[in-house]
Formats: sequence, structure tokens, C-alpha cells
Amino acid sequence: MLTIGLTHYLIVAVVLFCAGLYTMMTKRNAIGILIGVELVLNSATVNLVAFDRYLGGQKLDGQITALFVIVLAAAEAAIAVGICINVYSNLGTVDVDRASRLQG
Amino acid sequence: MFLPKKLFPAFTAASLLLAVPALAQTPAGVTEAQAPGGLLEALVFYAVAFLVCGSALGVCFSKNIVRMAVWLFVTLGGVAMTYFLLASNFLGAVQLIVYAGGTLVLLVFGVMLTSKSPWARFDVPKLELAAAAAVALTLAVSLCVVLMRTEWHSAEGVVAGATMDQLGKTLLTTYLVPFEVAGVLLMVVMVGAAHLARQEKN
Repeated sequence: MLTIGLTHYLIVAVVLFCAGLYTMMTKRNAIGILIGVELVLNSATVNLVAFDRYLGGQKLDGQITALFVIVLAAAEAAIAVGICINVYSNLGTVDVDRASRLQG
Repeated sequence: MFLPKKLFPAFTAASLLLAVPALAQTPAGVTEAQAPGGLLEALVFYAVAFLVCGSALGVCFSKNIVRMAVWLFVTLGGVAMTYFLLASNFLGAVQLIVYAGGTLVLLVFGVMLTSKSPWARFDVPKLELAAAAAVALTLAVSLCVVLMRTEWHSAEGVVAGATMDQLGKTLLTTYLVPFEVAGVLLMVVMVGAAHLARQEKN
């Protein structure tokens, strides 16, 4: 228990992933779903960095992939918030169940 | 989260008690303290893991979108600490600056711009909550079982933390093309987000 190994970090990532999954499944607010996506992405980066540290050697592949994941997450959040604001101005709500029309 | 004043001495005493074994461990030699498996590392890891897991559960059980955003802030900070523990200092700093400083602020802006009142609630049927919880729990338990049973070979070969120097060189040699593509992508995203969020003028 006192020796912290790869498995410990992976279990933290599992908890993050499942929390994100639950958030995505149970929230109706579009921004809430986005927050769930951020949790899942964070779990993926924790995995990448942990594997890089324990099994990666000197090649740094995991860390650089994690860096790209962070960049892509920022880009995704910017676009998704833009879409949410657009949906709100068209429908007056960000409830994803009510955003069911195809042509605004 | 503010601690009640009565609890504060107890909290301080508890943290001092926790710190004593760690302090006793440190003078044994700096190299040993940095090696994986030190008592200090274990203590810090469990504290950080508790913080990350607790706040992630806080995110998924909050009904209120503003509370979710605040819990997410704690989670992102905890994940940054995890990166520091994994000797990825640069990534931890990036996590704090880009995620906690940028993406989260963007999300909070989204919350404020898209709700009539920031305390708006969206109710979900109980059955759906139970089904989602069952799926998430099953996945968590099965993944944990698989992880516990897996033997990772070469777990001994932990290398010293890579420096930013190495990281920068790798990024601009091996990963030059993805780096440039990410730059172009960010440009496109900036224009696209501005276009999407513009005010319609009829």
C-alpha cells in the first residue's frame, strides 16, 4: 500500500473517468455535459502521464500526447461553448432534450 | 469550503501529526526521498487522490451547474498536483494555466451566458439516474479489478523526471508536424468560435 505504483494512478483515472461518464449521462444542461467531457479528458491525460512515467522510458511520448490532449480540450471547449450560446439564443434554453429541431 | 473555527486546531494538529513521519523520513537522504516508494510520496499521493476523487464525485452529484464548475476547478487543480507527483512539472503548469485558468473560465462564461438564472435546475427521472449509476459503477469496478490483476513489467525502471529542455526539443523535432497542425487548429477554432457566438442581426 505504501509503495505508490502505476496502478494507484490508474485507479484515480478510473474514478475520474466514471465520474465524467455519470455526469455526461445524467445532466441535461449542455454545459454540464461539457464538464463531464472535461473530466473524461483529464482521466485520459492522467493515464498518459502515468504510463509515460512508469513504462515510457526517456521518449516522452505520453507527456507530449497529454499536451496535445490539453490543447484539443481547450479548442473543443471554445467551440462547444460557442454552440451552446447559439442554441440558447435560438431556443431560449440549453436543455439538450429540447434541442431537437434540425433546422433553426 | 471554510473550516469551522472549532475544527481548526484539530485540523492543524492532525496535519502536524501527518507531517512528522514525513519530516523524519526526509533527512535520510535526498535521493531516497525522490525515489518512488518514499513515505512522503505515499502520504502526498493519498491526499491528492482523495482530493481528485472527492471533487470528481462532487462534480457528478451536484445538481447546480455553478457548484459543478467550482468542483471541477478543484478537480483540475488536483490533477495538476498529480502531474507534479508524476514528475511532469511542465504539464502540471500547463494544466493549471490552460485548464484551470482558460478552459474553466470559458465554461463559467458559458454558464453565465446560457441560463436565465445561474441556479436553474434540470430534473432527470430517477430511473435514468439509477441506470447511469449502475453503468458507471459496473465500469469502475471491472476496470479496477482488471488493473489490480495486471502485472506491469518494467515497473522498476522509473527514470528521473524529464526536463523542460528535453520536452521542448522532442516537441520541435519528432512532433513538429502535429505541433504545427495544432497551431493551425487553434487558429481555425478561434475564428470558428467567434463566428458561432456572434450576435444574429436580422
